[in-house]
Amino acid sequence: MSTFNQQATVPDERGRFGRFGGKYVPETLMNALEELESAFADARKDPAFLAELAFLLREYAGRPTPLYFAERMTEALGGAQIYLKREDLNHTGAHKLNNALGQGLLAKRMGKKSIIAETGAGQHGVASATVAAKLGLSCKVFMGEEDIKRQALNVFRMRLLGAEVVPATSGTRTLKDATNEAIRYWVSQVEETFYVIGSVVGPHPYPYMVREFQKIIGEETRAQILEQIGRLPDEVVACVGGGSNAIGMFYPFLHDDVALCGVEAAGRGVDTAEHAATLTLGRPGVIHGAMTYLLQDEYGQVQEAHSISAGLDYPGVGPEHAYLKDTGRVRYTAVTDEEALGAVQFLCQTEGIIPALESAHAVAEVMKRAPEMAKDQVIVICLSGRGDKDVMSIQAALEQKGGAAE
Amino acid sequence: MIQTGQNRIDQLFADRSRKRFIPFITVGDPSLEVSFEIVKALVEAGSDLLELGVAYSDPLADGPTIQRASQRALANGVTIADVLAFVAKLRDAGINTPLVLFTYVNPVMQYGVERFFADLAKHGADGAVIPDLPAEENAEATAAAKKYGLHLISLVAPTSESRIKLIGEQASGFIYCVSSLGVTGARSQLRSDLAEFVQKVKASSGLPAAVGFGISTPEQVREVAAFSDGVIVGSAIVQQIERNLSLLAQPETKAEGMQHIKNFVQQLASGLQ
Repeated sequence: MSTFNQQATVPDERGRFGRFGGKYVPETLMNALEELESAFADARKDPAFLAELAFLLREYAGRPTPLYFAERMTEALGGAQIYLKREDLNHTGAHKLNNALGQGLLAKRMGKKSIIAETGAGQHGVASATVAAKLGLSCKVFMGEEDIKRQALNVFRMRLLGAEVVPATSGTRTLKDATNEAIRYWVSQVEETFYVIGSVVGPHPYPYMVREFQKIIGEETRAQILEQIGRLPDEVVACVGGGSNAIGMFYPFLHDDVALCGVEAAGRGVDTAEHAATLTLGRPGVIHGAMTYLLQDEYGQVQEAHSISAGLDYPGVGPEHAYLKDTGRVRYTAVTDEEALGAVQFLCQTEGIIPALESAHAVAEVMKRAPEMAKDQVIVICLSGRGDKDVMSIQAALEQKGGAAE
Repeated sequence: MIQTGQNRIDQLFADRSRKRFIPFITVGDPSLEVSFEIVKALVEAGSDLLELGVAYSDPLADGPTIQRASQRALANGVTIADVLAFVAKLRDAGINTPLVLFTYVNPVMQYGVERFFADLAKHGADGAVIPDLPAEENAEATAAAKKYGLHLISLVAPTSESRIKLIGEQASGFIYCVSSLGVTGARSQLRSDLAEFVQKVKASSGLPAAVGFGISTPEQVREVAAFSDGVIVGSAIVQQIERNLSLLAQPETKAEGMQHIKNFVQQLASGLQ
């Protein structure tokens, strides 16, 4: 957007996206963050590292993922033409692998023998376990006890891949607490262990580094849409939990005349206490090492988030999203559990694609948005992951609703 | 406003020939009333400086023991304002021991950084430890602490090697040396290179150095006191409180529970004699 005067480079050298970001971590970790920062800076300049990453993304992950014209969905909604960026077709079933491969290679380059990761829905855990197996590293995945129940299939996949799944039993037993436990473990083993953070959250340089590993989504999309229709889309939509698929998708479009929309989880509704709409309803605060929007009470105690989707069930959000909200470059909105469920069914029935519950939030927003747009307009959805992992929870939710899939 | 020269922490460490015992408790665990009595017992048992923990929902630097204490205090609805009132009440009761609040950064930000330090001074506290506010992020808090004659206590970790100088330049009061990698909580063994690390911190900063994290026995207290200016014990004391929760909960057995805690702390502090 021409009115958008983004600084040439965010984050700045202190890891700040405007007033957001930074490094709010115990002193024990500061040296490790400095080492990571310089190792990442070196790796990015090393043609051998970049070539190895490019090779793995192509030959192992299967990139580029298709940009697919969703013809029946477009017809059914009767408005803008809808394209799906098929991150669900990436190896392991979600965009998470792009980042896990990058950080895994970096861990190996830094001489670390073990990696740890946190996971919510289990997609990042699976991606990390996969990369650890592929690169010969040991892997521990911290996962909230509650999420272990919701995502049994992914827990099994991680174990099958040779990772140890460590239940986080503190607090709300979801992604927030899994991240706390991963950080606590990292503090104790910081010299030998590489922490593979799965989203654009955490202390600097993570939000920046994860963006750099995920921006391939937007770069491919930009090139593919230009090739397919000869112009840029009018709007790009992605779901936001921590926000890595969204940042990866949005970043290459920031300076274009393209509307960007991030979709958070409204859970049972933004007018209830049970939601994960951090950017919509949170206030600036510090979580997991970064200043960002945060769901918290008036005393600064972090509040429980709620979403049917384990991957969006997080009371914080990446600091770059906080910045993009404040600058007005990205519009953030939220859709409910029920709308997301409806979107799962809709996409299954119109396109034969089972989306992850996370990605279904973006689909649900487009179901509202596309009919308002003209037929010659183009909207791209980042379909960040596939829904196989969610079929049990989808079944349970639909049965509870009484309208089980026939 | 308190002048820096009169800060109780500076008065305490003016004589560096004596080693100082520094216990930690979470305020409001198990209740504000019992915490008040525990503090009095800690002072009687020979504590030189007290760290008062402010409960937080996501205490990243803390192990399971202090996490549980935090949960108990949060269940009682304890806030920063309650802890400040608690400090004022201790001062009114004639306790003149230096007091620092141990709190995470987010509650301080929501309270207001400047207002937090102003109110610390107003209520009679001497400083604060904010474990997730490293040197790179603490400019506002450092300035506010200075303005009100308080100390923002800096932490130095075994991994801080290349950062000791940077930290030393902005540190005040004393330096909190983290004994080992990891979160708070008892450890059976301390690092063999701990003495060397603490010497380096003292030489580089010129400030007194107190050592904490993982210290739980009188033997460890004695060992650490040999090369430091103070010994900080948190989780081991909180564990004693936890073990005596049922005694502390009943009026007829409360005194017995308090006595257990006091005896334990006396034993620890005896490591310094």
